[in-house]
Amino acid sequence: MSKNNSNIRVVVTGLGVVAPNGVGLPAFSNALKKGISGIRFFPQLKTLHFSCQIGGMPQIAEALKKNYFTELQLKNFNSSGILYGVMAGLDAWKHAGLGINKGDVDFDSGTVFGVGTLGVDKFRESIHFIDAGKTRRLGSTTVQQTMSSGVSAYLGGILGLGNIVTSNSSACSTGTEAIIMAYERIKSGKAKRILAGSTSDGGPYVWAGFDALRILPYNYNENPTCASQPMSVNACGFVPGCGAGALVLETLESAQKRDATIYAEIIGTAVNSGGQRNGGSMTAPNAIAVQQCIREALLDAEIQGTAIDAINGHLTATSKDVEEIASWSKALKRKGRGFPFINSLKGMVGHCLSASGSIEAVATVLQLHKQFLFPNINCEKIHPEILKIIDSECIPKQQKNVPLNIIAKASFGFGDVNACIIFKKKN
Amino acid sequence: MTEKEIYDKLETIINTYLPEDVSKNAIQADSDLTKELNINSSHLVDIVLDVEDTFNIALTNEDMEKLHTVKDAIFIIQSKLI
Repeated sequence: MSKNNSNIRVVVTGLGVVAPNGVGLPAFSNALKKGISGIRFFPQLKTLHFSCQIGGMPQIAEALKKNYFTELQLKNFNSSGILYGVMAGLDAWKHAGLGINKGDVDFDSGTVFGVGTLGVDKFRESIHFIDAGKTRRLGSTTVQQTMSSGVSAYLGGILGLGNIVTSNSSACSTGTEAIIMAYERIKSGKAKRILAGSTSDGGPYVWAGFDALRILPYNYNENPTCASQPMSVNACGFVPGCGAGALVLETLESAQKRDATIYAEIIGTAVNSGGQRNGGSMTAPNAIAVQQCIREALLDAEIQGTAIDAINGHLTATSKDVEEIASWSKALKRKGRGFPFINSLKGMVGHCLSASGSIEAVATVLQLHKQFLFPNINCEKIHPEILKIIDSECIPKQQKNVPLNIIAKASFGFGDVNACIIFKKKN
Repeated sequence: MTEKEIYDKLETIINTYLPEDVSKNAIQADSDLTKELNINSSHLVDIVLDVEDTFNIALTNEDMEKLHTVKDAIFIIQSKLI
């Protein structure tokens, strides 16, 4: 792949997050540092005979919704993905010091806000009407609440965005891919500022397919906060989650001109696919492609593997965690004590599916900006195969305050797709 | 139901769908819902559903085509209530 020769630099100037363990940046930051779990038991999942009756879902008071939506928008509103995405997106916009534009359209600003499935609950509600022969009773907002681009359409309208307004989708790499798409568009000179992020609906109708796949933990229904155990010998499947994360990306020039706080710079990115070959499949990654994706991101950033201070992994708490560590080790050419620090947010929030990449990117940028590593929770006993590759010191179990200059973030998804971003502290 | 009673109920329904910059006082018998009150045309279907629920009547597609002003709505509702 050829290197991106544009001299436009892209920085992160705003963050927003709606996560199972914290709604809003202050609550999330606090939970992140303390290692607070957002995993809960859901009686509804028990009633519905799910094997895994736990999950991660942001807790949002009704009154809070009115800070983001009009009364009219909330009428017959039933799309959790749009709720999370709009909240995280508007929070990021305000965090960047940008106002909500009530006047003209802003052709320099856009949004790339990814989704997995959107508006599942609204769709279910509609299906009941349709099957009862009452299609005309659906009301006017069924389309906008269930179309894949619904979340970017809401955000674009509220903010008056006039550049790209779209929603990408690449399973669990969606969030990381959204940031990369935004980065590339800004880098190419086609936009000055993009609200990049992703969202995921949650609840039984999103999580059921994963439960049926038998890849979720089923022995922790009475002990939910201990269930998600990335890198642990006891890792027994991912805990399903949902929520949204958002980052405002803009040119360094634009950020400096308006004297914005710069939380990080993106210095390199890569996306690829393993083509569902060489061990890769619909549900499993081709390790060669994973390594190539990481290497390409390094190349794009013009750095060596030795420059990476820490990794925020995909690490979902399945047997694949070992493979991921091996891939990082090979791609970075580092092992044992020489391996960077590595952590996984999924121990605290579970796997937020299409939202995972963006929520984890927010955590990554927070770590760079505040110079700390969040703890890996539920990883008392590291998987022995992982310890054959890297030293246990590389997996902090407590919050660790260390100087961090560069953190690599990767996400992988069904369809054998990979995405990797290199974030750098802004000096 | 008197015309005044119908009007009052209708006014409450319409008020829900007014844009932020249009006040309830702007609603008059002759007001065109989309052109004058600036109600998003897609919300007309919601107004019809609310009218159906409030007055326990059913509106046809033809009724909807005739529905432009507050007065039109009152006329349609009255014809269904008889």
